[in-house]
Amino acid sequence: MNWELLFQLTLNGLIVGTLYGVVAMSFVLIYKASQVVNFAQGEFLLVGAWVCWWLLTEHRVPFLWGFLITLAFMTLFGILIQVVVLRPLIGEPVISVIMVTIGLSIFFQALMKWMFGVFAQPFPPIFETQVVSVMGLEVQSVYLMSLVISVAIMGAFAWFFTASKHGLAMRATAFDQQVAQSLGISVRQVFAMSWAISAVVSAVAGVVVGVVNGVSSALSFYGIKVFPAVILGGLDSILGAVLGGIIVGVLENVAHFFDTTLLNWGNMYQIAPFYVLILILMIKPYGLFGTKNIERV
Amino acid sequence: MAAIAMTPCGDFRQSYREDTTIFPTRLSRAFAIAGVALLCLVPLTGDRYVLSLMIQMGYLGIAALGLNILVGFTGQISIGHSAFFGVGAFASAWFVEHGVPVLLAIPLAGVATTAVGMVFGIPAARLKGLYLAIATLAAQFIIEDFFARARWFTGGVAGRITQPPSLFGFAFDSNETYFYLVLAWVVLMFIGAANLMRSRDGRALVAVRDHYLSAEIMGINLTYYRTLSFGISSFFAGIGGALYAHYILFVSVEAFTILFSIQFLGMIIIGGLGSVMGSMMGAVFMVMLPEVVQWFADAVAGGAIDRALGLGNAVSFLREMVIGAAIILFLIFEPDGLAHRWRLIKAYWKLYPFSH
Repeated sequence: MNWELLFQLTLNGLIVGTLYGVVAMSFVLIYKASQVVNFAQGEFLLVGAWVCWWLLTEHRVPFLWGFLITLAFMTLFGILIQVVVLRPLIGEPVISVIMVTIGLSIFFQALMKWMFGVFAQPFPPIFETQVVSVMGLEVQSVYLMSLVISVAIMGAFAWFFTASKHGLAMRATAFDQQVAQSLGISVRQVFAMSWAISAVVSAVAGVVVGVVNGVSSALSFYGIKVFPAVILGGLDSILGAVLGGIIVGVLENVAHFFDTTLLNWGNMYQIAPFYVLILILMIKPYGLFGTKNIERV
Repeated sequence: MAAIAMTPCGDFRQSYREDTTIFPTRLSRAFAIAGVALLCLVPLTGDRYVLSLMIQMGYLGIAALGLNILVGFTGQISIGHSAFFGVGAFASAWFVEHGVPVLLAIPLAGVATTAVGMVFGIPAARLKGLYLAIATLAAQFIIEDFFARARWFTGGVAGRITQPPSLFGFAFDSNETYFYLVLAWVVLMFIGAANLMRSRDGRALVAVRDHYLSAEIMGINLTYYRTLSFGISSFFAGIGGALYAHYILFVSVEAFTILFSIQFLGMIIIGGLGSVMGSMMGAVFMVMLPEVVQWFADAVAGGAIDRALGLGNAVSFLREMVIGAAIILFLIFEPDGLAHRWRLIKAYWKLYPFSH
């Protein structure tokens, strides 16, 4: 048993898991506010990362400015998607809404491949020192950055939903749209805002992953990895999404460890979360923190 | 799914028997028979390319019809249909490898795929809506992973080579002959599906879709019918996959991706959810779409648009984009699909010039 490797992998899993948690959080945000299951969440990461990469390498914008412009762009992008594509589908059956986000997903995946090619592109280096030693373990400084950013985003979410006016309006809309509307909350605005926030937060995660691993269409797979995380945590719980993300991150790394050292099945890194997903759907479909939906006739 | 409420005027059925006939009038039955007869003449034109497109439409249409029974008629969403299509293809190739004649291997592959579909269908019967969608998404990845791993069944990364069918020494190894085999299966499966929907079981499936609680109160066993629907859908996918395997003659483990599953969903949405003929229309649309894109790219090749966008080496991406865009546009502007549009056109001519 190689304990050091296991520990290192678990740490990696924690760091990647917080990123999953961030993406899962933005997924849950859309689901809670507008009841849309967004299969195109991964494409938000992809688009954000490619835009930032394009600004940084082709136009030589400094990192901070490039990052801010990306976020501004993603705000508009999120609102545009909601208004143009999702708004006409309000009140349509689940299958239509699911399919339209799947359609968006393959559309933007192909568009990004067309515009930027199929090869992974590295970001220009952001930090001087590449590797930092924490408690005797070597951690890449970009990983630390991603951890800090993820935790910061989670803190910002917590503040936003408990203290800010817009956050409260969003929670009210998620609780009951008609009641929210009667209290003078613009549900349209809340929908648009939730998509904008979700797109921005996902883009931050996309840029972080891009800085760590390089930008490629593999980023959109984060949008699929989100499903085990959110089902584990409960589809409409933000806390659950964060926890689910971390658990999935650790799980896939630990599965990878046992796969390479003991089982030699291959590819468990990718597949293990999906086995867990099916198990949870069988045993506890509302996840750890999700609200149980009681249907009345 | 709102298609029933939007049935155009000009419906004059008087008995239940009339309501459940496959063909509403004698003329439409004559047209359908004439259509099949006309299709039998297509190989005589000798156009290989058109034939290969039509064979594709055939096996994809059968699989799409299976998905439509599951999604359109029973209301169970599946994002893993291409995995079952793949199971059919590999199962058929495996049977042939073990000495089963190809013509027998095709229905056997359908049965084997039904068994696999039932295995996934029993747990899935507890789920519905988006939970089921996510579960089938997971199933897609798990089966895809299984394909890559199970060397005894799929030949591993190398894939599996198989043979064309033959009957009494006559080989269906050219487009012309294989076309008839596919056509026979298409006619068989579509008539089978149309009849299924007229039967007690078919009506039960539709009841489960429309309001599962009411259906349960009326005495319909939800678990049984949801699993049955999964099984039927897998059977169609298996037949489609087997026909695909013996046409392409090589089954690769990488062919059955999530994108392929999405294409199947695209077919039934574009064709029309809950419409038997709509599945075929959707398959035709989905096969023709890349051809139209290719034609467009060829038409503008060398021109200003081509130079500005670099179309020449982007056609494959353009195809995917057009598929995505077609799904989005149909959902926004024509959610009931081509089948509904076709019904409107027929109704328009029925009472011409006094429609509406």
